[in-house]
Amino acid sequence: MDLFIHQLFTGLSNGAIYASMALAIVMIFRTTNLKNFAQGEMAMFSAFIAWWMLGLGVPYWIAFFITIAVSFVIGVLAERILIRPVMNAPLLSILIVFFGIFVILHSLAGWIFGYEVKVFPSPFPEEAVFGTYITNHELGTIAIVGAMLLAIYAFLNFTKTGLAMRGVAENQASCKLVGINVNWMLGLGWGLAAAIGAVAGMLIAPVVYLDPSMMSGVLIYGFAGAILGGIDNPWGAVVGSLILGVVENLLGTYVIETELRLSVALVLIIAILLIRPNGIFGRTIVSRV
Amino acid sequence: MTNLSRRTVLAGLAGASATALAAPHVRPAGATPGVTDTEILLGQTMPYSGGASGYADWGRAEVAYFEMINAQGGINGRHVRLISLDDGLSPPKTVEQTRRMVERDGVLALFGSFATSPNSAIHRYVNSRGVPHLFLASGASKWADPENYPWTMGWLPDYPTEAKVYAQYIMENDPDATASIFYQNDDGGRDFYEGFKAGFGDQVDRYLVGEQTFEATDPTVDAQIANLQQSGANYLFIIGQPRTMAQAIRGSYDSGWRPNLMINAGSASVSGTLEPAGLDKAAGIMSVAFVKDPTDDTWADDPGFLAWSAFMDEWFPKGRKSDVNTVYGYCMAQTMEQVLRQCGDDLSRENVMAQAANLRDLALPMLLPGVTINTAPDDYRPIEAMRLQRFNGAKWELFGDTIGG
Repeated sequence: MDLFIHQLFTGLSNGAIYASMALAIVMIFRTTNLKNFAQGEMAMFSAFIAWWMLGLGVPYWIAFFITIAVSFVIGVLAERILIRPVMNAPLLSILIVFFGIFVILHSLAGWIFGYEVKVFPSPFPEEAVFGTYITNHELGTIAIVGAMLLAIYAFLNFTKTGLAMRGVAENQASCKLVGINVNWMLGLGWGLAAAIGAVAGMLIAPVVYLDPSMMSGVLIYGFAGAILGGIDNPWGAVVGSLILGVVENLLGTYVIETELRLSVALVLIIAILLIRPNGIFGRTIVSRV
Repeated sequence: MTNLSRRTVLAGLAGASATALAAPHVRPAGATPGVTDTEILLGQTMPYSGGASGYADWGRAEVAYFEMINAQGGINGRHVRLISLDDGLSPPKTVEQTRRMVERDGVLALFGSFATSPNSAIHRYVNSRGVPHLFLASGASKWADPENYPWTMGWLPDYPTEAKVYAQYIMENDPDATASIFYQNDDGGRDFYEGFKAGFGDQVDRYLVGEQTFEATDPTVDAQIANLQQSGANYLFIIGQPRTMAQAIRGSYDSGWRPNLMINAGSASVSGTLEPAGLDKAAGIMSVAFVKDPTDDTWADDPGFLAWSAFMDEWFPKGRKSDVNTVYGYCMAQTMEQVLRQCGDDLSRENVMAQAANLRDLALPMLLPGVTINTAPDDYRPIEAMRLQRFNGAKWELFGDTIGG
């Protein structure tokens, strides 16, 4: 029973890590209808920016919010400079651009900051308050992911800009006709996704250590969580990621060898998608042809 | 027909100039590639780019070492040129670069190519072509197979040998204890795992109570650590890259389990692994060593250390003296130097292998006292001796006698 509770909590804290990444993936999907494979490397780079500022002696929370702001600007610029020229190109071209951003950011981070693993501080006290099952940082991660989820949900559902962004993802032509600044909405979507990714990066780095490869595994799980829950739904992405984290851990502990747990978790996802192609909480999109 | 004749003339000119350009390199029939009266050509691949580029100074130190040898007059009157090419630790690239060096540059031998998977990719190729493939920067056990792969020889102590040392330490010093192992699920990790089990001999079921693996893609390893904790083992042997290793050291401490830790020597860097894990959490960790730690002031007045330090100052000033990889490169280059000296003027590929398999009690300045290099036609393991060391919270301290060898 002890092991079960331990693995449950470990799964939840892993799930929260995947969820933070999944939220950034959902954000960009909701505004551009694209799955950004460079999202993980963007988050990694943001974490390096924060690490660099912390090294200069900037207090944690100031560095935290400056990093979010800088990442937002980088996201908007990336959309304007790199994505917009290929926006109407075939999907494959856009994927290649994503891959290019991935490789460039990865190499750039290694070149500037080096490939050795680095310690990234947690804003939460180290002394565990709730026993040894879960650290304060993991609790803090879950809380911040929850707060981000509420903010994203409120933004997309109750603000004019959020609704306009969702509209742009679904039908750009109609949005232009009703006077929505489509270009700005796309840029805003990229900026917000980069900002969410920055938070994710800063939450993940204290756990997995900071280096250019820190997101390689996380991104796979983030995508899996988002797709499992429904990639167009922030609630679904978070719940999907938590389910993935817990199921993966319990499977690895009680049912199969640990080396197969990712494979089995992904097979489960495929099975669920066969029954519910849009994810557990996803909507079925009907488009008029 | 003017066109045709012009072409013929041009072709003739091109052919003539190619011959003229190639002339200085043309060897008499039967001579060994890569050897002239004034030069010996060697080749290697190193990760100068990408995630493993932290190891780059290993190769740079070797190149610098041969520059020093050349400035001192070379080996038997010949300068040694080491071509060191980047493969980014990507095996397809290793194949491409190696073929380039063997087939175009015509190297005498490959020396010191880096890591297990890149060398695996060229293992068959170099053996089918009969190119010496010497002193690999990898400890996989498969390099010591003279019967099937007579042209390949490793250099680092091999992984099963290292793992056995830890198992035997537990059996001798803590016979009532139990042990567990946590390793990356790849060739190298399984080498350690098999060696660890073999070290316990027929007592393996009595001692080894927990084993878990991880994949390179696992973001965290908390789940595996929780499973290992459940085994209640007193010892945990961790094998992995610095990032995973640091996570496992921290995780086994924070969970309250706090077993006695052992880590593989390849990831035992203080700055690379133990500092990220937390020096207080890493205190007491055991590992093995076979070279002098350049940051250990025990060696401050040691002639071998001073010679290395002088080499670094004069020939490789850009290299960091705290980086043990420069020591590995230095020792490895000296091993190669010894082979070439033993060859004398018979620099055939066959003789290079024969001399590589004929090293006797070679004591290098930066190897630990008691650790020597020995090879024979049926012994392709240059370094088999090592010493245990324990991390005291600030630096590694050697203890016990030399083991193996």
